[in-house]
Amino acid sequence: MSTLLEVEDLQIDIPISAGDLHAVRGISFTVGKGETLGLVGESGCGKSMTALALMNLLPKTARRRGTRLAFGGKDLIALKEREMADIRGDRMSMIFQEPMTSLNPSYTIGNQLMEVMLRHRRVSRSEARNRAVFLLEKVGISAAKSRLGQYPHQLSGGLRQRVMIAMALMCDPELIIADEPTTALDVTIQAQILHLLRGLQREFRMAMILITHDLGIVARVADRVAVMYAGQIVETGTVRDVFTQPLHPYTHGLLDCIPIPGKTPRGELLGSIPGMVPTPVGVLLGCTFRNRCSFTFQDCAVQDPGMRRVSETHGCRCLLELEKLAKRA
Amino acid sequence: MKARPLARDRAFPQGSNRRGTGMLSYTLKRLALAVVVTLVVSALSFGLLYLSGDPAAAIGGEAATDADIANIRKIYGLDRPIYIQYLTWIGKALQGDFGMSYYFRLPVSQIMAARVPATLILGCSAIVFALIFSIPLGVIAAIRPNSWVDRTALFLSVMGQAMPSFWLGLMLIVVFSVWLPILPPSGTEGWEYFVMPTIVLGYFAMPAIMRLTRAGMMEVLASDYIRTARAKGLRSGSILFKHALRNAIIPVVSVSAVQFGFMLGGSIVVETVFAIQGMGYLAWESIKRSDFPTVQAVILIFAVIYIVLTLLADLLNGWLDPRIRVT
Amino acid sequence: MEFLSIPPVEEILGPSPGQLLRRRLFAHKGLMIGGIILAVIISFALLAPILSSQDPYAQSLTTRLSKPFWHAESTWKHPLGSDHVGRDYLSRLLYGAQISLLIGFCVALISGVIGAALGVVAGYFGGRVDMVITFIITLRLSIPFVLVAVAVVGIVGGSLKVVIITLGLLLWNRYAVVMRSATQQIRNQDYIPAAEAVGCSTTRILLSEIMPNIVNNLVVVATLEMANAILLEAALSFLGLGVQPPIPSWGLMVAEGKDFLFFEPWLIAIPGVALFVLVLAINLLGDGIRDVTAPENR
Repeated sequence: MSTLLEVEDLQIDIPISAGDLHAVRGISFTVGKGETLGLVGESGCGKSMTALALMNLLPKTARRRGTRLAFGGKDLIALKEREMADIRGDRMSMIFQEPMTSLNPSYTIGNQLMEVMLRHRRVSRSEARNRAVFLLEKVGISAAKSRLGQYPHQLSGGLRQRVMIAMALMCDPELIIADEPTTALDVTIQAQILHLLRGLQREFRMAMILITHDLGIVARVADRVAVMYAGQIVETGTVRDVFTQPLHPYTHGLLDCIPIPGKTPRGELLGSIPGMVPTPVGVLLGCTFRNRCSFTFQDCAVQDPGMRRVSETHGCRCLLELEKLAKRA
Repeated sequence: MKARPLARDRAFPQGSNRRGTGMLSYTLKRLALAVVVTLVVSALSFGLLYLSGDPAAAIGGEAATDADIANIRKIYGLDRPIYIQYLTWIGKALQGDFGMSYYFRLPVSQIMAARVPATLILGCSAIVFALIFSIPLGVIAAIRPNSWVDRTALFLSVMGQAMPSFWLGLMLIVVFSVWLPILPPSGTEGWEYFVMPTIVLGYFAMPAIMRLTRAGMMEVLASDYIRTARAKGLRSGSILFKHALRNAIIPVVSVSAVQFGFMLGGSIVVETVFAIQGMGYLAWESIKRSDFPTVQAVILIFAVIYIVLTLLADLLNGWLDPRIRVT
Repeated sequence: MEFLSIPPVEEILGPSPGQLLRRRLFAHKGLMIGGIILAVIISFALLAPILSSQDPYAQSLTTRLSKPFWHAESTWKHPLGSDHVGRDYLSRLLYGAQISLLIGFCVALISGVIGAALGVVAGYFGGRVDMVITFIITLRLSIPFVLVAVAVVGIVGGSLKVVIITLGLLLWNRYAVVMRSATQQIRNQDYIPAAEAVGCSTTRILLSEIMPNIVNNLVVVATLEMANAILLEAALSFLGLGVQPPIPSWGLMVAEGKDFLFFEPWLIAIPGVALFVLVLAINLLGDGIRDVTAPENR
């Protein structure tokens, strides 16, 4: 599988009154063609920031740095805004968390769908319209032709999210970034949307970065996982790797929190990770997870653990010896 | 009047397809309200006449004897009960007959018809002037908050709100008609005559429109759908004008309509300063001369224009924002 | 073992809300500038008899149209010049400040009471009461108030009292609208039904629960409407339909000086600038109060 996206040492800093907020502190990952990478973590760990950074949609005050940010071989970091705008919506598109507010209330669905294609391709309006109808049907919206003339407020949340997905597919992107696409939806709709995304991804042969805080979603949909904590990737590997043999104490903690009917013993307390996520402001020393980790020892306070490769696909950012980590599973 | 932009990102749980009927019933409701308001206001403006006590005495003047006053009362029909006088008046008014002016001895409608064009030209150019400057200024201020453009715009709007219009008019005359004589100070013979009056009448609406545009744009630019538009790779011109301004402009449109109404009311000062023969000047003259039929008619016409403008503003609101039509 | 010195109470507790408010108040440049200028004008108005020995009504035809101090041929008898009948401009300016401020305060008071009462009642009771009051507000909005004010004063006859009452009875709509929406927002908070449950009378709820929370809105609108009233009175007097001569209203001074526009422009410049500065100060103060008490309304 060839690599579509290469991110090396991405850093995002946001200046605030107390200093510099290091939202993302040197993460590196790759996404191969047609593969799904699940980016998991708590609120505030920097996963949404990462997605915005890839599209260069960060807030004006944020600063983005990195050794390499290559999309299809092309470096995105030095790219001018105009050229980046050419890529957005065309080769790389994004779906956001809040379907209720992500569509312009003053224009019809059809208008908003068609304008993506009219912007990036030399097509006629009827060709764009046909593509819009085609995609609306693909995402499971019935009576697609008449839907084109409707306004966003006439659709429910689930329908709006489907429209967002259709909109993201208008120009046949190579990579689609889905930032918590189902968090704001009912649980029953969640499953439908995820199933839809997975199916579309396979059919259109797109790569996908799925950002979520829900490990269950990752297990179902993703090929590979990267677990983020406080701006860093603490564990990365295939879904199989990480779920059957979690290495990092944080990953352990996350998995312990999930009740599994049949497996989790009755009457026992569900696992929880004591403490709170620190806000990475100013200069940071050592491992950021040490205050909540049950395995910390002296070195954790001074030495920043780098990403250690356990196997070709599996990596973990921890100083503990591998045997100790593996035994914990 | 400064109106806060609607919190546009409020979610509607279920969709509704009643677009057609929504607009119609909304329009009808607003029309009915407008008619009722017009009737009440007409009664009030009719009643103004009686504030001075005895209108017959006012017409007669200081030297009139009791017999004279009684005579006047009979001639002008002021001896009938008030509600009959009102109904006769409003009945005739609906047919365009506002009676005879005490001063000019001509039909009031004829006098007004002659004066309307000047006021209309002045009002329209003033609102256009205000919009042409305020909206772009507001947009730029919103795109670059706290830049020198933004600060200058806010500074100008603060200054503008504090300046008395009649003083501004007179100072402009001093500068442009006395010190450097390039503009005529009074009259309406050509377009140059309207330059200063337009500026004076229009500037008062500029702070409100500029601030509203700026606030609306800033709120809209921070919204989720603008982020979506950027994520689609749309060009910045398209994002700014097609997506952002279209939503931010909605409260500005209705406020502009209302401001236009204010301007027509404020025309009384501007027309007096620049000696423009418009409706405002007519109102002032008639009040000074106790020419009651004219006063009543002018106030009624202005009120009707106000009401129509507010109605138009609401309807425009409904048309521009598809979500309002549902309610 | 070391003894750690205990920090003072203020450091532990942090600043109180009152102190925070005071800090923000003094840090806001617009508010401070507006407030200081307004205070200066008020003190000028109050100290008018002391600051100027001349009688603003005393005519002196020998010294008519003398020039203010920045001209070469000025006299110290009339530091700001004199008008067309020889009245001292400086003293007219100072006494004019009294008129403007008096009108501003009185009108703001009258219209404030009317508007706030209507608005709060409409917002609190809702339903039919709200419908009726909203209708009344719409009525008022449909009236071209400049014209009506001019008409009323013209028909009844111009005087200070008439102007104040007319403006007071006409300018209440913004109070009503703002107070109504502010009350509606508070109405839905939990402590209102809590007060009702405890058995508080409606009057008591209105006065002690609702009013304190919307007072800052009221103050902001009051300052802006005060400025509005001052400008309106000036316009009315300028048109000859407000305060009557020889009272030194600034608007009237501009009207009287209009005929001498060409050679003695200071006759209209001075009172005009005074009006401008006063209204500017009040606006800055009002904007500042609004920013400080509710920054999200900016």
